[in-house]
This record gives sequence, C-alpha cells and structure tokens, in this order.
Amino acid sequence: MKQLVQNRRQKTILYGVLAFAVVLFPLVVDNSYLIRIVTTIFMYSVITVSLNLIGGYGGELAMGHAAYLAVAAYVTAILSTRYGMSFLVTFPISVIAATVFGFLTGFVCVGRIKGDYVMIITMGICEITRIVLVNEAEVTNGPMGISQIPGIQILGYTMKGNRQYYFVFLLLLLVTVWIIKNLVNSKFGRNVIAIREDETAARAMGMKVAWIKVSAFTISALFAGAAGALLAHYNRFIGPSQFNLDESLLYYQMLIIGGLGSIPGSIIGAAILVLIPEIFRGISVYRTIVYGLIMVIMMIVRPQGLLGDTGDKHPASRFGKAIKARFQKVQSREGDAQ
Amino acid sequence: MSLLEIQDLGIRFGGLQVLSGIAFNIEEREILGVIGPNGAGKTTLFNLITGIYKPTAGTIRFEGETISGLSSDLITKRGINRTFQNVRLFGNMTALENVLVGMQNKIRYPLLSSAFRTKAVRETEQTVREKGMELLRLMGLEDHWSVRASNMSYGNQRRLELARALANEPKLLLLDEPTAGMNPQEAVQMIELVRKVQTLGMAILIIEHNMKVVMGLSERIVCIEAGRKIAEGLPEEIQHDPDVIRAYLGGQLD
Repeated sequence: MKQLVQNRRQKTILYGVLAFAVVLFPLVVDNSYLIRIVTTIFMYSVITVSLNLIGGYGGELAMGHAAYLAVAAYVTAILSTRYGMSFLVTFPISVIAATVFGFLTGFVCVGRIKGDYVMIITMGICEITRIVLVNEAEVTNGPMGISQIPGIQILGYTMKGNRQYYFVFLLLLLVTVWIIKNLVNSKFGRNVIAIREDETAARAMGMKVAWIKVSAFTISALFAGAAGALLAHYNRFIGPSQFNLDESLLYYQMLIIGGLGSIPGSIIGAAILVLIPEIFRGISVYRTIVYGLIMVIMMIVRPQGLLGDTGDKHPASRFGKAIKARFQKVQSREGDAQ
Repeated sequence: MSLLEIQDLGIRFGGLQVLSGIAFNIEEREILGVIGPNGAGKTTLFNLITGIYKPTAGTIRFEGETISGLSSDLITKRGINRTFQNVRLFGNMTALENVLVGMQNKIRYPLLSSAFRTKAVRETEQTVREKGMELLRLMGLEDHWSVRASNMSYGNQRRLELARALANEPKLLLLDEPTAGMNPQEAVQMIELVRKVQTLGMAILIIEHNMKVVMGLSERIVCIEAGRKIAEGLPEEIQHDPDVIRAYLGGQLD
C-alpha cells in the first residue's frame, strides 16, 4: 500500500513536470521548426491513442485508419473553401462524417472476419478511399488536392502562427487521452479487451461481440476524424497522397513500437517515429533502414512494444514469435552442423 | 414446470448427426450430471444450451420460454452461464477483471457516461468491484485478485472460471468437466466448491469423467452415448444400468 502511494506520488510529480514542460515549451522556445515537430507529435498521438482502442486493446489489425482522417480532412476542406463555412460548423460536420464512416467500416470487420482478414479489409478500405479521392476530381480536385484551406476561424478571429495550433492539438490530445482512458477503465473497455483475449468466452459472458467491435471502430474513427479536420486547417493543403496505405501502416508501427494497449505508449511511439526521420535527416537515404531495423528488433525483443500490455494473444505479437522461432531454428541448425 | 426442459433435441453438422432425440429436465436447485464416453456429444449439448450452436431439431425451454435458436448473449442474460472444458479465461486480465467481465450484464451505465466517467459510473464501478472481491473470497482467491489469469496455477484458474461464471448470478450453471486435469486433492476441493455454489440457490448441470465426482455430486445422472440418451436416473441406478456398463466397458460376449 505504501509503495502504491509512493508510486502515485511519483506519477503525479512526473505528470506535473511533463505538463509544465509541454505548456512552457512553445512560450520559451522561439523556433517554429521545433514547435511544428512537437505539434506533429501531438497530432500523431491523437491518432495512435484512438487507434489503440481497436488496434491495441481490441487486438484488431486495423490498417485503414488514414481513411478516417481523409474523410474528415476532405469534408473540412470542401466545406470551408467552397462554401466558406466557419470552423464551428465544419468541425462537427467533418467529425460526424468520419464517425459515420468508422461505423460503416466497423460493420465490415465483424462476424466471421477476424485477425488477418481484418487487416486485409481495412487496407482495402484505405486504398478505396484514396482511389475515390483521386478519381472524384469534381468534388475532391483529384490528385492535385485542395489548397488554400483557411485557418481555424472562431467568431471572426483567425488563428495564425504555430503556437496557437500547438495548443489546439494539445487540447485535442488531452481530450482524447482522457476519454479513451475513461472508456478503457469502464465496462466497455474491459469488454473490448476480453474479446481480444477470447471471443468465444466473451460471447458466453453475454456480450454482443459485433456491437462492441463496431462501437470501438466508431469511437476510434471519431478521434481520428477530429485530428484529420484540424490537420486540414493546420496544413492549409490536403491531397490524396497524405492518406495512403503507408500512412495507415505508420500509425500502426507507432502503436507497435510504443506499446499496444498502453496510452502513454502510443504517445511515445508517435514521438519516436516522428523524431527518427527528423534526426536522421542527414542520411535520409538510409533512414528507412533504421526504421526497419527498429521494427524488427522490437518485434523480437518486445513484441508488445515499449510500454505494451497486451500479452501474447495480440495478433501482432505472433509476427515477433515467428521471427524468433525462425532465428532459433537457424541457430540450432548451425549447432547441429558443428 | 422444470427450470430447463429439453425436448427431442438434435443437431446435425452436414451429414453427421451428432445429437438426436435428447430429452431431459432440470429442476430448480438440482445438480444433474451428464456422463458419456468421449465424443458422445456432451460438450455439443452444452453448446446447444448456451446458444453457441443452433439445434436442427427439438426445443430447449428455460423457465417455460423457448430459448433454442436465441443468440448466446440473450441466453446468458436470461440466467444460464457456463465454464469451459479447456479453461478459457481472459489471460491478460487480472482475476478481478475477469470476474468483472463476467458481471458485465449486471453493470448498467450508458457508454456516453463511461466516456466522461460520471459520478454514477464511479459509484457503480466501486460497488461491482466489491461484489467481485466477494466472489473471489468465496472461491478462496481474494489474495490473487491482482494476478493475471494466465499466471495463476491451474487449480486457481479453474476456480476463477467458476467465479466468473457465478458473477452473472445465473439460475442455471453449466460446468464442463470442472475437475479435468486436477489432482485428487484439488478435485475434492472442487466438489466442496460446487456444493457451496449450489447453496446459493442455482441449478447445476455438470459434465464429468471422474466417476467419483459425478456420483458424489449429482442427484440425477443422464448418460449419453453416440449422440443418444441411453439412461437417466439416480446415481445408483446408473451404476448398475446394463446399457451404461456396455457403453463404458463394451458389450458382453455371447
């Protein structure tokens, strides 16, 4: 009990220092490059935390998360450039659009569709979305994308500057973390984890498994949509190539590196994979190799990620086991040869 | 009216008739044993009652209402719960969390209020946690409440599974080989636990291979062989039933 209190105190201190640093950072540091990087980390953190609900806690290999961002970003872009609607109108509409899209795609991924098939289907959803964005040029402006998206406008005030967006994304991240954390610690979260652990047993506990999975997809898409809507305003330009399959895979990589089923883990994962390309900018040709190496090593050493908490039932940990088994086989064969 | 009435129950997987013409009743607060050689269809019977499979013939009535054909979550809601032959716990969750998942039908707050962790949610969570601890105490697992299910010993896992099945306060409990893989001492403890559970006021349907356990626990026994019921009666009657002996030991030579 004493140790628990001490841990809690340490935690409070840690989070206090962290909060202080995060708030002071843009006020002290007058370097727009650094501020933009941290803002990007916040944005990716929102995405990975939301993806964690289905990908980490839910154990689904959901590789189509970029599609939810795309829907919200495009709705925002179209409504604000073509119809001049204000942020207070476009934001809710685009979040709802992404949520509905998440609801519909969630329906495809339930029932008999499990494990690897969810991965293939969500990849398909991501690709289909991108292809629609490229080809429906009348609405989406095709491969050219939509540019000159206005900044966030609230009651006649237009946000400018990196600092303001920094705090907008920070606010969204805090709300996302708070709500996802609450959900995970409630009956809903326990049910989502239970379904990952053993679907048949979960059904025997009286769960409507399909309904819970669809709900998880829907909630996850809601926060991804919010990130997508803000991204459109922040970037001022969006195009189909921003929301391709690579992007979805990047989200899942962040999740795997940081930790499946851990909220601080998802944020750390996002930070690592945003920072690596920046740090290795000098050797840009080789940075994908660094990337790949980190992924392979992670899969072998800690398949559940740095702060991961999903055990070995998660499908992603299977890949790590497979690689490990292959290694051991090779090693034992070499031993035999000697 | 019996608690559970099974009439002419049958299921066929393609060309394979696994169960046919099964009929028996379970009374309130009764312990009914189901025995039969391997592959007789006992677990299939459980899967039919709990709605994992849909019967191709016959009906199952629970408290006078037909439940055959309902989905398993609805059947669980009506008050039938089960344990599995090969322990199926939620391995990466703690013992208490496992029990809380078992309780999830009784926990009623909307998704939206859990997103904002309202006061009602916090209070409900507190009370269900206490209830969960009570169940763990009943099973003698209160010291292990924060241990992951996959890290528990086999005997404790079995008991945790029983606690989880009880969490929903079922009226009928289905136990699929509760002492499978246990040593004699653990089996004796399990028998005591099942007796204790019965005093809570529920009927129990139990599949068991360990004859000592079945004969000691059951008030009546149903014997199934090759998908058909071959005998039903008191333990002593079953022990001396020629059909049962033939099913277990083989037929007599002329």
